[in-house]
Amino acid sequence: MSTLSIAVGPQHPGSGHFRLQLTLDGDIIVDAKPDPGYVHRGEEKMNEYRNYFQNVPHLERPVILDSTNILYPYVLAVEKLANINVPERAHYLRVIASEMNRIISHEYWLSILGVFLGHSTMFMWPMADRELFIDLMDMLTGARVTHAYLVPGGVRNDMPDGFKEKALTYIRYFRKRLKEYDRIFFSNPIFTKRTQGVGILKPEDAIELGVVGTVLRGSGVRSDIRIDEPYGVYDQLDFDIPAPKAGDSYSRAMVPYIEMYESCRIIEQAFEKMPSGSVRVKYPAQAGLRTPAGETYARTEAARGEMGYYLVSDGTNKPYRLKLSVPSFRNLTAMNFLLKGARLADMPAIYWSFNYWPVEADR
Amino acid sequence: MSSSTSREQGLAEQITNALGDKVTVDYANTRRLRVSTSREHMIEVGKFMKSDLGFDHVASVSGVDYPKDQVIEVVYHLGGYEKTEMRELLLALACRLPRDDSKMPSLYGVWKSVEFHERETFEMLGVTFEGHPQLERLLLPEDWNDIPPLRKEFKNPGR
Repeated sequence: MSTLSIAVGPQHPGSGHFRLQLTLDGDIIVDAKPDPGYVHRGEEKMNEYRNYFQNVPHLERPVILDSTNILYPYVLAVEKLANINVPERAHYLRVIASEMNRIISHEYWLSILGVFLGHSTMFMWPMADRELFIDLMDMLTGARVTHAYLVPGGVRNDMPDGFKEKALTYIRYFRKRLKEYDRIFFSNPIFTKRTQGVGILKPEDAIELGVVGTVLRGSGVRSDIRIDEPYGVYDQLDFDIPAPKAGDSYSRAMVPYIEMYESCRIIEQAFEKMPSGSVRVKYPAQAGLRTPAGETYARTEAARGEMGYYLVSDGTNKPYRLKLSVPSFRNLTAMNFLLKGARLADMPAIYWSFNYWPVEADR
Repeated sequence: MSSSTSREQGLAEQITNALGDKVTVDYANTRRLRVSTSREHMIEVGKFMKSDLGFDHVASVSGVDYPKDQVIEVVYHLGGYEKTEMRELLLALACRLPRDDSKMPSLYGVWKSVEFHERETFEMLGVTFEGHPQLERLLLPEDWNDIPPLRKEFKNPGR
């Protein structure tokens, strides 16, 4: 048997800043070694030099298109250790920011999935519709992608006048667009032929490999931290978790798509239920925020899945150790598992169904 | 307090009853437990957690360096997907290793999900996981020629 070894990546188009070392026999993949690390920034080490507030802006860099969600467990961990009670209104604003970021992130991924499966319309549409929510986040936080909106103790500012009305109008329009996605893409043979029955991950394998988020739910395991271990005010909100049973690339792609509908529902409910009041516990000297010695593990559901932070404190104003357990990194285990035995032509359909974000995995 | 953590207390009791003095339960708070053990008992304890208690995957493996005690602590955070009521729980399984002999058995044989987490801890803290199928560099540059960067004596350049 003569095999051929090819590298997919690490140059950007096709894989992100990430390399997949494939070994091929004919057009069958016999081995696929993921090789992350091209965009490793030492986030965990950087944390040990900065106080709890200085850590906020750099921590969202690993996944700027989902920046609220990568910060969410961090602020929860700090608040837990420092015993801070967040005002009720801030919880609702966090939900709104978090769900808008989820849509922004899913839309970006959907357009990349579209273009790599040869569907240019699906590249253009989500990219354009994503702009609606970027606009809204810009209005809410003052920045288009790196918001630094969540801070220990609440959120940075209240929502501006007219934000609610604008958001609800955009959501009404966005729902119509989502329906059109189904017509042009999710029911389109160009897409279904390439993804249905391809890269099947059975629920028992998904559990064994410890995958998270959209990959896990795409295998029919209905696990989502927003339901399993509700944080903030998620237990006050009514939403559904999609978990299609098939476990193929198609169901892994359907999960984020349906989640966007659900995120719209969550945002509408959050606007409705939001009480008035303050949005932040203020600290006169932020550098002085100390946490008692101890440890905690906080986790939330980010766009790609379970985002966990293990925070160890030694009683100073800086983390002693902060470990980020990020969804993309945890999903690496399934990559070799699914690509082995697949055809090379199916590689994009499988790889992009992971919703993998190299910078997040590398940290 | 006692009513909200009764389930965690029950689990802690179950662990102590089954494993005796091989483990120490550090705390059993709401949804979070922490159990310490030695490297000799790591695999046995891991197998018990998986098959008897239903912790079917590892959510995170972290190494923490404590130079003043001359130890590196490796903490596995275990979770369970299979049973719905397990999903809110996380159990931290900790193991302290001497800093100058930071070796321990790999738990890959128990949980496949530790594969990349252990590789990361290997290069970032210099912990050798014996029996890991591919204990190679993962995130650091190929020409990295320094001590493991998450050890406390490594200082970021310019800081």
